[in-house]
Amino acid sequence: MKLGFVGVVAISVAIMLSGCAKKPVQTQQATAAAPAPTPSAPPPSGPAPDSIEYFNTVVGNVVNFAYDKYDLDAAAQSKLKGQATWLKQYAARTLTVEGHCDERGTREYNLGLGDRRANSVRQFLIAEGVAANRIKTISYGKERPACVSSDEACYARNRRGASVAQ
Amino acid sequence: MKKNEMQLGAIRLARRQLLKSLPLAAALPAMMYAPQVLAQAKIDITRGRVEPMPIAIPVFPGNTDELKQMGKDVSEVIAKDLERSGLFRPLDQKAFLQELSSLDVQPRFADWRTLAAQALVQGSVDMQPSGQIRIAFRLWDVFGGQQMEGKGYGTDAANWRRVAHMIADLIYSTITGESGYFDTRIVYIAESGPAINRVKRLAIMDQDGANHRYLTDGSALVLTPRFSPTGPEITYLSYFRNVPRVYMFNIDTGRQEVLGDFPGMTYAPRFSPDGNGVTFSAALNGNSDIYTMDLRSRKMVRLTDNPAIDTSPCYSPKGDQLTFASDRGGSQQIYVMNADGSNPQRISFGTGKGRYGTPVWSPRGDLIAFTRYATSDGNFYIGVMKPDGSGERLLAQGFLVEAPTWSPNGRVLMYFAQSPNGGRTRLFSIDLSGYNQREMVTPQDASDPAWSPLSP
Repeated sequence: MKLGFVGVVAISVAIMLSGCAKKPVQTQQATAAAPAPTPSAPPPSGPAPDSIEYFNTVVGNVVNFAYDKYDLDAAAQSKLKGQATWLKQYAARTLTVEGHCDERGTREYNLGLGDRRANSVRQFLIAEGVAANRIKTISYGKERPACVSSDEACYARNRRGASVAQ
Repeated sequence: MKKNEMQLGAIRLARRQLLKSLPLAAALPAMMYAPQVLAQAKIDITRGRVEPMPIAIPVFPGNTDELKQMGKDVSEVIAKDLERSGLFRPLDQKAFLQELSSLDVQPRFADWRTLAAQALVQGSVDMQPSGQIRIAFRLWDVFGGQQMEGKGYGTDAANWRRVAHMIADLIYSTITGESGYFDTRIVYIAESGPAINRVKRLAIMDQDGANHRYLTDGSALVLTPRFSPTGPEITYLSYFRNVPRVYMFNIDTGRQEVLGDFPGMTYAPRFSPDGNGVTFSAALNGNSDIYTMDLRSRKMVRLTDNPAIDTSPCYSPKGDQLTFASDRGGSQQIYVMNADGSNPQRISFGTGKGRYGTPVWSPRGDLIAFTRYATSDGNFYIGVMKPDGSGERLLAQGFLVEAPTWSPNGRVLMYFAQSPNGGRTRLFSIDLSGYNQREMVTPQDASDPAWSPLSP
């Protein structure tokens, strides 16, 4: 017997595609057009735009949540729009969204909460036009914290959705 | 099969296989008293805090060096079991005035009364012509001079430790009127490595920490093991190949098996009381609901259908109800519903901003143990309440205490406690009275304990 699968409607937002796709191009032009400020200036450095390192550091692959919450605030939504743009630019890339929690909850409830958070991220990316079959989710509950201090600053870091690109 | 046996050590025998001969009357001509119970040698463990009963447990004599050592070990295991229960105070053997050189020597009760012993355990270890050993004991009420219990156990020498636990169980049940819990095991999660990338392994040990061994190698994250009430099986969550799913693990054979084929994560498994089913949560698109699966037909039934996180399901001992945790009312609370999912009722209210989770029904049916997180003071608690939500009592408190599991007689809870800042994680037990808190010492850090039923 199979579970009744709640259909995920992939919302295609075609209008945004052209606008968003320009971004990396503009960046390249800017780099090329920039006059060398000094003769000893280093060559353009940093990760290639299609690299996972670029996605993690320049686009930003982590969004954070409030305590026991899974809704995405404005900062998270802005970052996820960037992730969607990148994913649409580099169509070979796929994503596993990890849902994480702080340690101030029971293990099992946090697994459920982590699943909610990962799916919040996934649904947002789908709504931004990323194909549903490119995004998997996994909940780690409180099993894989980013930091181990028992204080609110660390808890806030641990309440996160981490998009792991492949 | 051979390979598994070697990896897993001695396969645990059922009691009927373990014990070849039992009746003591024929072998022990001196036993002429009908078991008679006197008020002095009784403990009422429902009374709350109890003054431990002084009990004398001399070394069980044997007639060879090997048997002498075994007799010493047996009496030590019995004494430690009884001592850890908090209900008994085994007396120092050095103070004993009489040497009980065999099971037929009549105790001089006046000598034992001098030590203020209320109960006396007289024993022996013998080699049988069959090559099996025989461990026998009598339990005496010292003040009445009466035998309360007596029994002999024939078995392979390798099983001496289990026989010692069974004798301790019989002493406990004779004196308290409650069944014992010493011939049991604990399965738990052994933890090692840094907190941000913890290695977690399934591990198992006797309830006194002996016979410790690891069941998995740590390559996959494993969580929340639970014992079958009827067989040598554990259900647990494994991230095998990075896909969190409920698995079954046969302790005797080492065989592991995934439970069902689901599109999303399955977690929080627990056996039904007849051992024929497993209830668990399945998550789909961010929503967790509770299901139950019949292990024979593999037929699955959905028990909740709610946008909330419904998890940590646990059957009542009769199997007619389930308790579970849900945030359907806004924050995580404990609910009770019928076994078909109908009539869910919130039972946890507490005071202030308490969140409740991990409800576990007592094997006696009278209480539900839980984890409570009080956002008002930032502490976690282990507590119990009646299945209608009344009579809430908090038994243990800490920075993070979680995941109570019941001793099979419903008198003791084990749980884990984690120190702040990624500090140590350890197991503790505490009596239902709130007294007798003890650390359960493990080789590594430990979490998610699950107590086995009394071995069959």
